[in-house]
Parts: sequence; structure tokens; C-alpha cells
Amino acid sequence: MDFTFTDDQQTFREAISRFLMTEAAPEMLREIWETDVGRSPDLRNKIAEQGLTALSIPEAFGGLGMDDVAWALMTQELGYYAIPDSLADTAYVASALIAGLPHSVAQRGEWLERIADGSLRVAIGHPVNPLVADAGHADLLLLAHGDEVHAVPRSQVDVQGHGSLDASRRLAQVSWQPSAATLVAQGEQGRELWAQTLNRGALSVAGQLLGLAQRMLDLSVDYAAQRKQFGKPIGSFQAVKHHLADVATQLEFAKPVLYRAAYALAHNEPNAGVWVSQARLASCEASWLAARHGIQVHGAMGYTWEVDLQMFMKRAWALDNAWGDRALHKTRVAEYVLSGAAPLGPGYTFED
Amino acid sequence: MELTYSPKQKAFRQEVRQWLAANLPPEPLASYDTREGFEQHRQWEAKLFESRLSMVMWPTELGGRGCDLIEWLIFEEEYYGAGAPMRVNQNGQLLLGPTLMEFGTEAQKKRFLPRMAASADMWAQGWSEPNAGSDMAAITSKATRDGDGYLLNGQKTWSTRAIFADWLFGLFRSDPASSRHHGLSFVMVPLNAPGVTVRPIKALNGKDAFAEVFFDDVRIPLENRIGDEGQGWHVAMATAGFERGLLLRSPARFQYTARKLVELYQANRASADRDSSLGDAVCKAWMDAQAYALSAYHTVGRLSRGAQIGAESSTNKIIWSELDLRMHETAMRILGASGELTGKSADGHDWLEGFLFAQAGPIYAGTNEIQRNIIAERMLGLPK
Repeated sequence: MDFTFTDDQQTFREAISRFLMTEAAPEMLREIWETDVGRSPDLRNKIAEQGLTALSIPEAFGGLGMDDVAWALMTQELGYYAIPDSLADTAYVASALIAGLPHSVAQRGEWLERIADGSLRVAIGHPVNPLVADAGHADLLLLAHGDEVHAVPRSQVDVQGHGSLDASRRLAQVSWQPSAATLVAQGEQGRELWAQTLNRGALSVAGQLLGLAQRMLDLSVDYAAQRKQFGKPIGSFQAVKHHLADVATQLEFAKPVLYRAAYALAHNEPNAGVWVSQARLASCEASWLAARHGIQVHGAMGYTWEVDLQMFMKRAWALDNAWGDRALHKTRVAEYVLSGAAPLGPGYTFED
Repeated sequence: MELTYSPKQKAFRQEVRQWLAANLPPEPLASYDTREGFEQHRQWEAKLFESRLSMVMWPTELGGRGCDLIEWLIFEEEYYGAGAPMRVNQNGQLLLGPTLMEFGTEAQKKRFLPRMAASADMWAQGWSEPNAGSDMAAITSKATRDGDGYLLNGQKTWSTRAIFADWLFGLFRSDPASSRHHGLSFVMVPLNAPGVTVRPIKALNGKDAFAEVFFDDVRIPLENRIGDEGQGWHVAMATAGFERGLLLRSPARFQYTARKLVELYQANRASADRDSSLGDAVCKAWMDAQAYALSAYHTVGRLSRGAQIGAESSTNKIIWSELDLRMHETAMRILGASGELTGKSADGHDWLEGFLFAQAGPIYAGTNEIQRNIIAERMLGLPK
């Protein structure tokens, strides 16, 4: 029993953090907002050079073969820097979906290799999300038709963009026609793949929300330590301190739930989905509180376009309902807890 | 990350489970806030001790069995999962015990710890005074050097179950010229010593759950001091850290309450669901108890890799005390009009007693406001 990360995992996380700190500074985010595509080819290339697109890809296809537990760390960094890119959708969620396709799908290996080398961007149209993130920029779209999984080239879909609260998000309505040529999985296998994909998408969001919460907390602590009123830093006042202490507390207790969920997914535990939903709800609450208390601590500055807090707040608000809204995740937890059949109480935290 | 138990850990869980199944009292014990219940709990503790299950983490020579933190968590899960009695001597075992191990002399350890593990000695705390609550450094009770001992004078208060206890430990001002956290000494006092007067204070539940203790020229020998003279604050802070931290309120206790709450909701669903927020509150309580358990395993893992528990023990205290309060508030809402009735509820659980005690959680062991200050200043680095 060891519920911690290895030194290698911690080092990996620190390396990602250093990379994104340089390459995804807030000023750069603002510049990218102003562009039509909302994405930076330069950043994309650097991400691929760092091997980040290859993290989950099996080693046989040129990847690093990392699992969900590594993504629990990685997604927190992606959230912390609010990168203007849907890296996790392609490199984590879609790569797992493609890896899970029947081996009879001829292009499976090629797609995995191209994700690894950074030349294939994949958007996922899961039924739980009404719009498809980054559909316009994708080379390949994985789309649902009932239980079927279809892999559709960008050229065969019609994309209608919608603005988002988060200027870095690129959401679109996708119109397309399923055909035998695009079908890559169906029936029980398709259903299972979509279920796994929902769990990975939701875990990815949970990790990003915790990273966002941490960033909002850090920004707010910095601001409260510098801003003076009544001749003192406002962070010396208990009312301000307690706002931030509450954020720190929620955040600290949400992280282990994320890690537990990631481990459950990586080990195909039967209740992995329940853990993922718990992680989602805990991270939604932590990030929501970090935004609310963050803007309060920033005072009027928090309500401006100028202060960086807004980018992280808006990402957190936008992601709150991505890959399943709270109602979906609460329902999954309630169905388990109130089933009357689940082992509850002490002693069942790790084994049923 | 490897989230499976070893064969040794599984065997230990089985051993504890079987021991509890064979030895649990057939009837629930009376409240330990009554003399009758206190003595019943003392006997139960003695029984645990006979099987070296009272202080599983203590070394064998001091009455424990040398378990590590994971085994301790397993023990707690089995213990509370079985609905076993509350632990009556925790103030001694979990607060003073670790302090003695860290700061006590070999003679003090031998003299006090095995008897504490066996609950042959029951311990009460002597921190708070009428004018030193959250501001503990305002202590004025004195320990005046008198030959080979001290004379204690002053008053302590909010001393849990001191009316029934054998010993008290706490802070006294040994340097009359000192102020605040300087010049304090950490001492142990037998409560039957001449000059000690213990007066019960009725708590919210109507029972003598705590007491005020008066000291009138109470003489204690020097060997009843822990650590150096004047170093009491340093010694006490270590103790307060243990108290807020993991040990005092292990997650299993709250996971057990969460399970009882789910069962209570299921049994009363027809009426409870008239309030559509109750099912949500029940599931949230269960999730929060799980989160606390996961956090404990995470902390234990980090400790075993050499990390120190710092200000995050303050986050623990906020989490468990507020969770306990929310769970009991939810239970009272589920029980509706029958919630106010004294005695056990239909499920055999005394929700009302738990509800009243939960009110104290955010106050004792350092109020949650003090904990938030600690988190803000020591974890987040905000200015004083």
C-alpha cells in the first residue's frame, strides 16, 4: 500500500511545469485569443518536441506508454497554465480510445504513431458533450452514432463554430454522415469504448480544474500579500485569510480523490466510474470556490479584463460542465451509494 | 502508487476483525461522560490492552505491538467499522503519549506509557484557562519552584472528563517574570494530590463531560515535568500538532458515521425524499468521508517517505469537524420530528447525542478560525 507518487513521477511533473511556465505565459494566452484559430502552431510544435503528445501512446507505436496516473499529474499542469490547446483530448482521451479499437482497424497503428509524433490532432464527439472541442482544428474526428464509434476525416464533416466564455476554447457543432467506411467499433465494444472515454474525459477535466484552482489560489495569495489597505497587506486580515484557507483546504482534499480515480482507471477497477465522478465533483467544488474567493480577494481588480485571474476563472467555469455536468456525476455516485449493494464504510477505500 | 494491501496487512485486518467479533461488548456501553460509562470504557480499554490492541503503534515494550501507520489505519477501519466503543483515554494516549515518547526521560516513559496504554491511568488535559482559550499563551497558572518540586497554583478549564480522570497534564508558568509563550513548563499532576479541586461542568448533553480544575499549593516533584523548565510551549506545540493531525480523529470514524447516515436515509426514504436536497447531502457526506480517508493514506505514504506533517494538520481538523457536523445535521433533518427525542433512534444509533457532540468539533482542539489562520500563515505564507 503506497498512495504516493514516485520520484520519477514528481520529476516528470516538475519538468512539465517548467516547460509550460516558459511557453504558456499569460501574455501569450492573450495574444492567442486575438487570433481566429485560437491556437498556436509554435506551441503545438514545442509540445510535440517535448514528447507530450506521445505520453499515453504504447511504446510499440513510438510513445511512452504512461497511464492515467501520470495524466492525473499532467492535467493539473495543463490546468495550472490554462494552455490554449486541447492537448489532453488528443494525447490522453483520444489516444486511449484509438488504442482500444479493434486491431482489425487498419489505420489504428498509423493514427497512434501520428499522435505520438504530433502530426495528428483528434477531436472527440462524445454524446455527453453537445459541441465538439477543437473540431475545426482536428485532422480526425471520433464521433458517436449510437454505440458506434466512427473515425471521420475533417474533410468529411461540416463544422459550425460557437464562441465560449473561455476565449481559448474552440467549440463547434459538427454535421456528418456515418458510413461503413468510417465505422471503427460498434455494439458492446463501442458502448464500452464510449464509457471509458467519458471516464477519461471527466478525469482530464478534474485534473485541469484542480490545476486551475491551484493557480487561482496562488494568484490570490500573491495579490493579497501585495495589495495594501489600512496601511497593511489585505492578506493580514482574517476575513481574507479565511477565504483563501478554505480554498486551500478544499483543494488539498480533492487531490487524493483524483489520484484514486486515476489509479482505478489505470487498473480497470469495476467502480472506476464512481471514483471518477467523485473526483469530478470534488474538483468542481474546489475550482468553483477558488474562483469565487479569488475574485473576492482581488476586489474590483478581479472584475477587470486586465488581471490574469479571469483566464483561469473562465476556464474553470467553462470546464465545470464538460465531459458530464455535475448532475451526471452526482447521479453516478448516488446510484452506487444508494444501491444498497455497495460496500460502504471504513475498510472499503481500496478493495471491495 | 500501489493500492493493494500486503498479505501481512490483510492478515492483521483479519486478526483485528476476528478479535472484535469475539470480544465486542454484547450491549453498547453507557456514555463515557458518566461515571458508570467511564468505568465500563476503562474496562474495555484494559481488554484491548491485554491483546495489545489499545495502542497498536506503540513499541511492544511500552504496551503496543509496533504497527506502522498503514496497519494503524487498518486497525481503525476495523475498529470503527465494527461499531466498537469510543476511546475514552485518547487525551492521554494520543496527545500526551507521543509527547512523552519525544520529550520524556526513559524513566518517565516506563512509568507512564504502559499504564496509559492499559488505561490504568486515565488522563485529562490542562491547557485552557478562563482567560486563555484560543490565546493559549495567556496562561497565568503558576508552577513555582520549591526545592525539588513545584507548587502549582491557578485554574484550568474545559478539561475533558477530568472529574473521572486520574492525572492531568498541561502548561504552567514556571518563570514568574515571563510572558506569552516564554517561561512555561509542561507538567503532569495526579488529580488526587492535596490542593486539587475538580468541579464538573455540565456540557450541552447535560452530562459532566468536562471540568474546571483548581490548584491551591499543589506540590509535584520535578520528575513530573516533561522537557526542560521553560520549554513547555515548544513541547505543547508538538502535542497540539498531533492533536489536530491525523491521530485524534482517524477517517474510519467518519466513514462509519457516513455509512450509518446512508442506512438512515434508506430506511426513511419515503419521508426524507420530500426534501429533495437530503439525498444529495447524504451522498456528499459519504464522498467527503472517502476523501478524508484517501487524504489520510496519502499523508501516511508521504510520512513514510520522510515528509513532515506541517500546517496541513490544520486542514484535517477543519475537514473532519465540519464533516461530522454536516452529517449529524443531515441525520437530524432525515429524522424530522423524531430527531428531538432522547435515547437511541430506531436504527440503534444515538444521532441526537452525536449531533450535540458534533457542535463541539469546530471549537475544541483549536477553533476552526485558529486553524484557518494557521493554514493562511504557514501553508500559504500570508502575513500575520
